[in-house]
Amino acid sequence: MGPKIDRRVLLAGLTAFAAAGPAQAITTDRAVTLINQVVRDINSVINSGKSEQAMYGDFERIFLRYGDVPIIARSTLGPVAREVTSAQLNAFADAFGGYLSRKYGARFREFIGGQIEVVRAREVKNWYEVDTVARLRGQAPFSVVFRVSDRSGQDRFFDLVIEGISLGKTERTEIQALLDQRRGNVDQLIQDLRGLS
Amino acid sequence: MTAVSRTICRVFGRLRDCINRRARIALSVLAVATLSACTTPDAPVEVFDPYEDTNRRIFEFNRSLDRGLVRPASNAYGTAVPVPIRQGVTNLSGNIDTPRRFTNDVLQGNLEDAGHNIFRFLLNSTLGVFGLFEVATEFGLEPRPSDFGETLHVWGAPEGAYVVLPFLGSSNERDAIGKVVDLFTNPLTHVLEDEAQLIPPASSAGAGLDTRYRLRGTIDSILYDSADSYAQSRNLYIQNRRFQLEDTNEDFFFDPYGDFDGPEN
Repeated sequence: MGPKIDRRVLLAGLTAFAAAGPAQAITTDRAVTLINQVVRDINSVINSGKSEQAMYGDFERIFLRYGDVPIIARSTLGPVAREVTSAQLNAFADAFGGYLSRKYGARFREFIGGQIEVVRAREVKNWYEVDTVARLRGQAPFSVVFRVSDRSGQDRFFDLVIEGISLGKTERTEIQALLDQRRGNVDQLIQDLRGLS
Repeated sequence: MTAVSRTICRVFGRLRDCINRRARIALSVLAVATLSACTTPDAPVEVFDPYEDTNRRIFEFNRSLDRGLVRPASNAYGTAVPVPIRQGVTNLSGNIDTPRRFTNDVLQGNLEDAGHNIFRFLLNSTLGVFGLFEVATEFGLEPRPSDFGETLHVWGAPEGAYVVLPFLGSSNERDAIGKVVDLFTNPLTHVLEDEAQLIPPASSAGAGLDTRYRLRGTIDSILYDSADSYAQSRNLYIQNRRFQLEDTNEDFFFDPYGDFDGPEN
């Protein structure tokens, strides 16, 4: 099964078009398009029957292709991000991407045989929220929200919110705690992050 | 069947008592009391945790309780008891809780949810054999949780400080008061007699172990693999609870782009 576009999403897009002119409609529309691609790719990975290791690689590619990983990484570093070199920042973003896909790849394993569907999209502040619902076997459906922005120059999702819990905030808390444990040593953090999940 | 309808009549009788005038006055007094009992920050903050030292100590106690008792018990329960039976116990626990949700829906003035929950209870208690089977969802009546913490929220009581309760875990001052009041808001528990009184706590314990088992990957990773599991648990509770109550503040959303221009949060 491919991604399902809810009739309401199309209606929302059309309404936004009528209300605010083409520019806004294109952005709502693009947010939905992006997340439909993400959902299609996630659905195909969780139903591929591949090994767990292979799935981690696939998840990392999905994160890197559709998610704004460098921006999320930079934000989780907090004030320290202003003090490090760009080489350190790049190395951190790279280590962070691998850590994310190992950590959440293991969670997405619980999605095997399930399905994610796009429900609706709307503008919030200066980004777009695409609401999806995850229907997993033997579980009540739950809400997964993708927050999408083009502020880095391209359409990317910058946060994933499951039942109100933000991945970005969770990882900011985690990275800050890891940094505290290493007395603010970013290089040590980068090195250790490569082995963490 | 007669036992079921007799029970339902008694439930309705109790509910009438529950929401009579005197009770309403008492509950209004309680809401005002909650309003003044809850500690509030001067300006809205995402995490308000003035009791952090105490909270962390209780959190450690709860964590050792999980490590030594709850986790092994849930693994034993999950391994020994087959899925259909565990699901039946969990369904039963949810059904027993439904009259409490109904009471709270009424107290919140949410008649739509009250009607929804009473029909859920009737369907699951009859076609679903006392609630062992979740049939209401098949009729388009999905579970709609409600509790006295939410009722206090609807009445305008503030969330108060984040607190960790012994044995029960993450909460806030408003929800902690809600939990105490909810010991009395389920009309069903007032009509059960003798051994039947054991069914609600027993099924609820079963449902708890089932949840701990089904979500073991996520829960273990939060409790035992996080760099600061206290901070992570606090984050999860605060965000998830506000999401349930539809009380999220857009100012607190994760905005990594804002870091570039605004002050660091």
